[in-house]
Amino acid sequence: MSIKKITKQAFANFIDNLIKTATVYGVQPKGERFDFAPLASAKDLRLDYDVTLLPPKRFFQPTTETLLTFDGEGRYKSNFDNENFILLGVHPYDMVAINQMDKIFSKDYYDEHYMKRRNNATIIACDVLTPSENVFAASMGMATVSEGFDILLTDIGDGYVAEAGTEKGNALLAKAETTDANEKDLEKRQKLQQDNQKNLNKHKLKCKPSDIPNLLERAYKHPVWEEKAKTCFSCGSCNTVCPTCYCFNVQDSFNWDLKSGKRQRTWDGCLLDGFTKVAGEHEFRSNRADRFRHRFYRKGKYVPEKLNGQISCVGCGRCVGACLPDIANPVKVFNRLVDDLGLL
Amino acid sequence: MGQSCCSSMKRDIYLPRPATVKKSRMMNGTELYIHIEMDEEPLDFLPGQFVEVSIAGFGEAPITISSSPTRKDGFELVVRKTGNVTNAIHKLKGGDKLGIRGPLGNGAYPVEQTKGKDLVFICGGIGLVPQRSFINYALDKRADYGKISILLGTKCRDQRFFHSEIANWKTRSDVTFMETIDQADNCWLDDVGVVTTLIPKIDYDFSKSIFLVCGPPVMYKFVLLSLKKENVPPENIYVNLERKMKCGVGKCGHCQINDKYVCIDGPVFRYSDLASVPEAI
Repeated sequence: MSIKKITKQAFANFIDNLIKTATVYGVQPKGERFDFAPLASAKDLRLDYDVTLLPPKRFFQPTTETLLTFDGEGRYKSNFDNENFILLGVHPYDMVAINQMDKIFSKDYYDEHYMKRRNNATIIACDVLTPSENVFAASMGMATVSEGFDILLTDIGDGYVAEAGTEKGNALLAKAETTDANEKDLEKRQKLQQDNQKNLNKHKLKCKPSDIPNLLERAYKHPVWEEKAKTCFSCGSCNTVCPTCYCFNVQDSFNWDLKSGKRQRTWDGCLLDGFTKVAGEHEFRSNRADRFRHRFYRKGKYVPEKLNGQISCVGCGRCVGACLPDIANPVKVFNRLVDDLGLL
Repeated sequence: MGQSCCSSMKRDIYLPRPATVKKSRMMNGTELYIHIEMDEEPLDFLPGQFVEVSIAGFGEAPITISSSPTRKDGFELVVRKTGNVTNAIHKLKGGDKLGIRGPLGNGAYPVEQTKGKDLVFICGGIGLVPQRSFINYALDKRADYGKISILLGTKCRDQRFFHSEIANWKTRSDVTFMETIDQADNCWLDDVGVVTTLIPKIDYDFSKSIFLVCGPPVMYKFVLLSLKKENVPPENIYVNLERKMKCGVGKCGHCQINDKYVCIDGPVFRYSDLASVPEAI
């Protein structure tokens, strides 16, 4: 795959040309924050953003999506999104999260609804320029990324180093006016990436990410779960903003004819009361502390078992900012466990 | 088995297949018996596996198959009326269409591993429904298994069902059937009390028997305590667990018990595999 250099002007031209023929979702200001939104012009794009309000997971698993439709006779038909689109400005930690979700949705039972969107997407990732208030991706080893993207951009001041990660990215990059990146460009890129591997670390984890499963193995009855969960609102904000939370609910609804209709899935959250409630009103995880603990075990132990051990917290820090009672910070919880239980 | 082997065909894992109700009837005040046939390919299932039943507009509900695969024409479910979907299922009559996904659940009953062993089925209320699949499977392959005991505990007499089948089990000389109800009335001549009171009445070697347990959530703790008292090794106990479930294929997260999923790792679990799964029981 090629590594190119593209000047900022050439890049703007490239994006403006792309917008003419393709749907491009790029990072733009939203109030005082940033989020992905349909891009109308390259000048609206803000690749110097710190973190987006919501992770890009919604482009592959929308907040609500129609899985099936049914007719008046109760015959079901699969419903798929077939739109090709470009996702522009994905940060490395979010790219790692997407890579993880790709494995979750494609392995064992292949989820065609997710995977169709994923395969229809072209992802242009970019290295972080402005660390966000709560980012700790460096602690998780996810401040930079080496796979999953079609193109990776790194701002080196007078332009971008653009590396194609796939054939699709290669072909796309060929449409831009580029030169081969020279040694100096690559040095600048390396410097920025090495800095990010140190600096995207507003909360410092006291252990290696790979220590977390063993730590949790010994922490099931630790008082931290009760202590923290005492002030939990069970609001599910930590689930909503998490790039690796993918639990969902499925519900049917009728159209206006009251005969045909659709089956939709919506985001759900394991912190919400009722997530485990069955018929007869029995709720298996009715305690807030149990639900609170479950989320940490999902991130640090259960989901990693499906991902060859990779921890399913990418250090984006969104939950830290979203949690009103300020109990969601994973680093604080894991560090407390390190302090109390030690490392083996 | 099921759809797991067919991922290369990329069949939509959420798409139900069409099926038809052959007959349905109420078994008591709350339980509906329903006999279903697939419109296209028949369902190739093992005892303990479940299906997601779709009623268009109302949704899906996971229901364990109650019939044995040894009885070939279609399959049977028993459904308690408790929510939106099960209410809609209760309206189904012979000839009605519905959608079926499955069979689901990689953790079926250990029908092969337990061949030659003595079996004890411990059932609480509608816990008899999933167990019936393995019970009838074992009875249809009677020579493959040792002694067979069925212990059934029901809350009250009105909630009993499968009357003629139970009457048949009672008269068979190759089955021990014992039954108790929690709340006795004047017309009840059998045992009174919870199902655990029946366990000591089994007269064969507990250390070599296989115990299969299914009932309401509260029952497991007490049954497992009783079995512990009788020194039954945990690897000889299988529990059939229930959880809230949506997708049935290990994605949606609802049925997760610590790191296990009821839908893909169960619903039948070997009790010894649950030693480090504190949320299970």
